Amino acid sequence: MKSFVNKQIRELPPSGIRKYFDLASSMKDVVSLGVGEPDFYTPWNIREEAIYALEHKRTVYSSNAGILELRKEISKYMNRRFGLKYKAETQVLVSVGASEDIDLVMRAVLEPGDEVLLAEPCFVSYKACIQMAGGVPVIITTKAENKFRLTKEELLSKITDKTKILFIGYPNNPTGAIMEKEDLEEIAQVLRDRDILVVSDEIYAELTYGGKEHVSIASLPGMYEKTLVINGFSKAFSMTGWRLGFACGPEDLIDAMTKIHQYIIMCAPTVSQYAAIEALRSGDTSVTAMRKEFDARRRFMLKGFADIGLDCFEPEGAFYLFPSIQKTGLSSDEFCDRLLREEKLAVVPGTAFGECGDGFIRCSYAYSIDNLKEALVRLGRFVSK
Amino acid sequence: MDKTREDILFFLEKDSRLTAKDLAVMLGSDEEKIAAELKAMKDEQIIRGYHTLINWDKTDREFVTALIEVKVTPQRDKGFDEIAERIYRFDEVKAVYLMSGGYDLTVIMEGRSLKDIAAFVSDKLSPLESVLSTATHFVLKKYKDHGIALEKKSSKDERMIVSP
Repeated sequence: MKSFVNKQIRELPPSGIRKYFDLASSMKDVVSLGVGEPDFYTPWNIREEAIYALEHKRTVYSSNAGILELRKEISKYMNRRFGLKYKAETQVLVSVGASEDIDLVMRAVLEPGDEVLLAEPCFVSYKACIQMAGGVPVIITTKAENKFRLTKEELLSKITDKTKILFIGYPNNPTGAIMEKEDLEEIAQVLRDRDILVVSDEIYAELTYGGKEHVSIASLPGMYEKTLVINGFSKAFSMTGWRLGFACGPEDLIDAMTKIHQYIIMCAPTVSQYAAIEALRSGDTSVTAMRKEFDARRRFMLKGFADIGLDCFEPEGAFYLFPSIQKTGLSSDEFCDRLLREEKLAVVPGTAFGECGDGFIRCSYAYSIDNLKEALVRLGRFVSK
Repeated sequence: MDKTREDILFFLEKDSRLTAKDLAVMLGSDEEKIAAELKAMKDEQIIRGYHTLINWDKTDREFVTALIEVKVTPQRDKGFDEIAERIYRFDEVKAVYLMSGGYDLTVIMEGRSLKDIAAFVSDKLSPLESVLSTATHFVLKKYKDHGIALEKKSSKDERMIVSP
């Protein structure tokens, strides 16, 4: 029988991660550096608040944009942490994870054929969301020698009169790269006089290391009006399964996104929203402790890679390392496939995050030191072969 | 507190087996510097030991833990310190805290049996001149100690093995 699936979706490649997930799940005693979520579980006070919400019948729909009390907390949080002022009533949308915001903004903004500049390697869903919304992804390849930061020259070389959006995600998954204020300022200089919207996925904003604090491009002069900031609760508060994110930006854009959200989702899970209020009111200390742990593991892994002889730029954010495996002469896919079969160690090939990721692997350090030690032993044994 | 010290203690409190070398890697410092800090903190009595958290209930060792509330009369010039010391010098006393509220000292002690504890309270503790009264509570089960749940329900990693 003829497939009912439309051409665009038929031709859309599945996420490059799925293959490894299927293979790794079928094997026993696999050690993994493959996850994209923290190994800390949601702090108990947050879970407890959700239980309380359930007990008190808070199981009904909320307003489309999210419980106002939560939007107010988000507004305070954005101001407290990043110096960004958003009106809770009109500039904050609570979504089903940051992923939903990516879809919403693309659908709200793009006309068929509009170009979206996308800094790769990046999170797996950016490109697909652009395409599904009828946009044309224009890839900017960030480079290890630039610490995987987007440069002014790279940006300028790709801007055309069809460019509608610049899409960035820093701290970056999969590279762990960050953009510091000076780097962002260079980008802002290019964009100030142009009608290009910046979509900035800042889901890892709480996870920066070596004393470096995250800076949002929206906080630079002239950028507030033309930036949509996407963030959420998954990484900072270990709330991945709660599916809760948010977007902050210009009123008309939030209004448009809320319209789509209202038709396709209605509202984010109410219980999760109550839990998130507690997270924002109380979570700062657990975030600080988590950041400290991650920072130590990051250093531990960097040292481990150096001992093995894998080149790796020093990431300053998220919880990933993105070492080069070019020395081995293997492609990322071959490397990961063989590493999994021969050493039962799961990592993610760089190609899952864009073609330019070939020659790299993504290693997550959201694991205990003991787990990381074992992973390094296996990785070292494999590389030395 | 000095940042390096704060960081060393943050990790060491959770895992005392970490060596100066491990800590140096984790904190991006060098081994000699960490070793010197460790020594200094030991000399300054900031670090008072490197212990192991044991769930004795899982072993066949028979013993009893008691928490004793003690009311005392503080002594002129010495306050509570001297009487506290008189109490904590006994080996079977594991912890002594000065409290605010309804009584003065919390004494946590271990003995082989209820009888042992009873004997200690009646023969050693109560007769002390400044002790006015005692109230002994026996520990039935320890659930959490030093920030660690003693019986972990599941150590399974609930996460999917690979995720974006």
